Amino acid sequence: MANGATAGAVQQNVPRRLIAFIVRWTTATNHKDIGTLYLCTALLNLFVGGTLALCIRAELFVPGLQFVEPNFFNTLTTMHGLIMLFGFIMPVAVGFANWLIPMMIGAPDMALPRLNNMSFWLLPTATVMLVSTLFMDGGAPNFGWTMYAPLSTTYGPPSTDYMIFAVHMLGISSIMGSINIITTIATMRAPGMTWMKLPVFVWTWLVTAFLLIGIMPVLAGAVTMMLFDRNFGTAFFDAAGGGDPLLFQHIFWFFGHPEVYVLALPAFGIISQVIPTFSRKPLFGYRTMVMATILIGFLSYIVWAHHMFTSGMPYGAQLYFMLATMLIAVPTGMKVFNWITTMFRGSISFETPMLFAIAFVFMFTFAGCTGVMLAVAPADFQYHDSYFVVAHFHYVLVNGLTFAFIAGAYYWYPKFWGRMYNERLGKWHFWLSTISVNVLFFPQHFLGLAGMPRRIPDYALQFVDFNFISSIGAFVFGFSQLIFVYNMMVSRHKGKPASDRVWEGAEGLEWTLSSPPPHHSFQTPPRID
Amino acid sequence: MVGLFRLLVACVLLSPVLVAAQVNMPRGVTSVSQDIYGLHMYVIWIVVGIMAVVYGVIIYSLVRHRKSRGAVAATFSENNLLEIVWTVIPLIIITAIAIPSIRVLIEMDDYDAADLTIKITGHQWKWQYEYLDHGVGFFSLLTTPMAEVVGVEEKDQWYLLEVDEPLVLPTDRKVRFVVTSNDVIHSWWVPELGIKRDAVPGYMYEAWARIQEPGIYRGQCAELCGVNHGFMPIVVKAVAPEDFDKWIAARASAAPPVTSDHNWTLPVAMERGAALYDQHCAACHRADGNGMPPTFPALRDSSIATSTDVNRHIDLVMNGVPNTAMQAYAPQLDDEELAAIITYERNAWEHDTGDLVQPSQIQARRR
Repeated sequence: MANGATAGAVQQNVPRRLIAFIVRWTTATNHKDIGTLYLCTALLNLFVGGTLALCIRAELFVPGLQFVEPNFFNTLTTMHGLIMLFGFIMPVAVGFANWLIPMMIGAPDMALPRLNNMSFWLLPTATVMLVSTLFMDGGAPNFGWTMYAPLSTTYGPPSTDYMIFAVHMLGISSIMGSINIITTIATMRAPGMTWMKLPVFVWTWLVTAFLLIGIMPVLAGAVTMMLFDRNFGTAFFDAAGGGDPLLFQHIFWFFGHPEVYVLALPAFGIISQVIPTFSRKPLFGYRTMVMATILIGFLSYIVWAHHMFTSGMPYGAQLYFMLATMLIAVPTGMKVFNWITTMFRGSISFETPMLFAIAFVFMFTFAGCTGVMLAVAPADFQYHDSYFVVAHFHYVLVNGLTFAFIAGAYYWYPKFWGRMYNERLGKWHFWLSTISVNVLFFPQHFLGLAGMPRRIPDYALQFVDFNFISSIGAFVFGFSQLIFVYNMMVSRHKGKPASDRVWEGAEGLEWTLSSPPPHHSFQTPPRID
Repeated sequence: MVGLFRLLVACVLLSPVLVAAQVNMPRGVTSVSQDIYGLHMYVIWIVVGIMAVVYGVIIYSLVRHRKSRGAVAATFSENNLLEIVWTVIPLIIITAIAIPSIRVLIEMDDYDAADLTIKITGHQWKWQYEYLDHGVGFFSLLTTPMAEVVGVEEKDQWYLLEVDEPLVLPTDRKVRFVVTSNDVIHSWWVPELGIKRDAVPGYMYEAWARIQEPGIYRGQCAELCGVNHGFMPIVVKAVAPEDFDKWIAARASAAPPVTSDHNWTLPVAMERGAALYDQHCAACHRADGNGMPPTFPALRDSSIATSTDVNRHIDLVMNGVPNTAMQAYAPQLDDEELAAIITYERNAWEHDTGDLVQPSQIQARRR
């Protein structure tokens, strides 16, 4: 079109090209296309959820009500949580799964490509429906992402029903995606790719997919009962009708706790790929790594009520959930020790993915330690629902998992697009993010210990300093992520061409393909010895 | 804007002073809170030790085994003994944490032989305290004026942590609490008593405290409970047992307020009504009466507040609307207070109906 095309021809072509573009992406069934769609959607949602978070931190900059009404503040915390969990962290993990699993096991594509297309397109549909509640009469859901009844049933705004429908769609999407992943791993491995040769990332996703199939129907059940309580006069969660508000919490956390590991396991998988590459040394303790993944998956199902120590449980139940929760520290500790021993006596270099991975190990270990503190049931009576909890789970989800996914993004970027990202910008992104994210979340531990409850739009004067510091960190962290987006977008065209192997120490089937890889990853299955 | 800027500057200047005081959990004034504090510090030192070892090894590797220093990678990838050791050590550590935790858990669970029982009921957005052994009960509401919240007035030292009537408790006596809720889930949290109990409708959840020192202990609702979740503080005033006995006796024998229409004029009712409306109604129906429809309907120009049927208005406020956020106010407010609020609603926001609701009218409609 560049040569000799008149302006008129270009204009005529625009709608046609646009239609072609839309058709290409809406009908995409290729695992890389779907992966790209997931990753781009996740990135977009990261900024939507992040904007909501910055609104929260802006309101909490100083005491008093400055920018938002208390009710809108509650919708901000709710939507921030829902969008970040269902719109960002879950899709980003699925995006990596789609891109990588076929390449890592030597398959041409996912086992069920059309199902793959459908599980993706349910996601933006549900996300749009969820975000649209912000513009509805009566406002968006305002009861926290945990949607505890009866605040979400008898007292919820009308838009709650839209949220319930969106959650149903997201659940269907996750279940179909998981079926696809399990099928792919079970049936499409290249000859000689035995179970105990699977890359750790594939193992973590296998366990994750089983977790998702186990928990998403439970969440669907919980929100369906909410729907019935709200609209059809049932009283599942209404004490006045013989129902039980705590039943909701039990069902919700039966979903909610494994959900944490649904998000965490793929991140563990990414770290287990990145660290050996830049340590130029094989992953230490592959077998224990696989075992720990399965063990974490199992334990995550049987510890849910540690989210409910203060909601009223008999002594025996408290004791059981305390001890079971502490047990999770064992397999998680095994993983951390394995990563460290992989680095030990390696030949370490500090490219951007490795920097993010090292930061992950540091900050995730810290989050694990506060996790052990929270597991101590008597002490949890002071920590629970305070900013200490907020700090803990943001250390897990942001300082930990989000850093792992960023590490993965830099690590596989040259493989996906055939061009290197800008290393200097990557280092700027790393240092700004790492410093600011700690300025953002570390002081929140102190706030919680000093007695600041979570989800409040205004606070007493003893909490002024740390909220102020935390908000500064939030804005620096938020805007630092623009460097990442800029780097990803510009390097796509301007980056140096990447070699097939990309990294000196990279091991695995995906690095034997060209960069970028061919449309159907492995036309003929490779032989693995 | 200037106020905001001055506040920012003040925050930065004050930071070092205040930071020193606010980084850790309070030790508190009950045996439970002190044991929790002890447990908290014990676990902190354990995890600090873990982190020191873990971070030490990582930093050592990062410094010594870097490629730029010419480190050559070893090839080992397994060591059964090592892997068994670091499975066993965490098990030992968690056992060391679990044993004292179980002891404190048992102590917290001991609700027997209490000297007095307080029933705590969470309401959107206030706490109701009932001394079950003495027949005394009252509601406790935030008193921080809206002007401080929106920044028109300077914030008081106990901004958002002050109430009209604190929960008065004796020291050195075992107080048992039973916590429940009237609407959504709240959570009664006073850090210095070491008590956090979710107030769940349909449940009675127990806790106990034997307060060691007289003083004022403040807390807040810890479970998201709707719009004004951040505005339902808890204030506990602990006094010596003999002072408590005097206080509770006076409180129990106090005559109920006598309803009288004497001196009840429109300006008087409007002035009281405006203040009470701010405290009880404005969270949902807003100060301007526009509400937040559809969950919280507008009062401005509503048929209930402007029609000639005053009794319909009175009944609605007194009895509430079942299955909505509108509570029944008859048990919460006395006749004069209800008359003042209803009079205010019928004359504010250019309603100007001129209706003056008499306290006797309210009394007549009490069931």
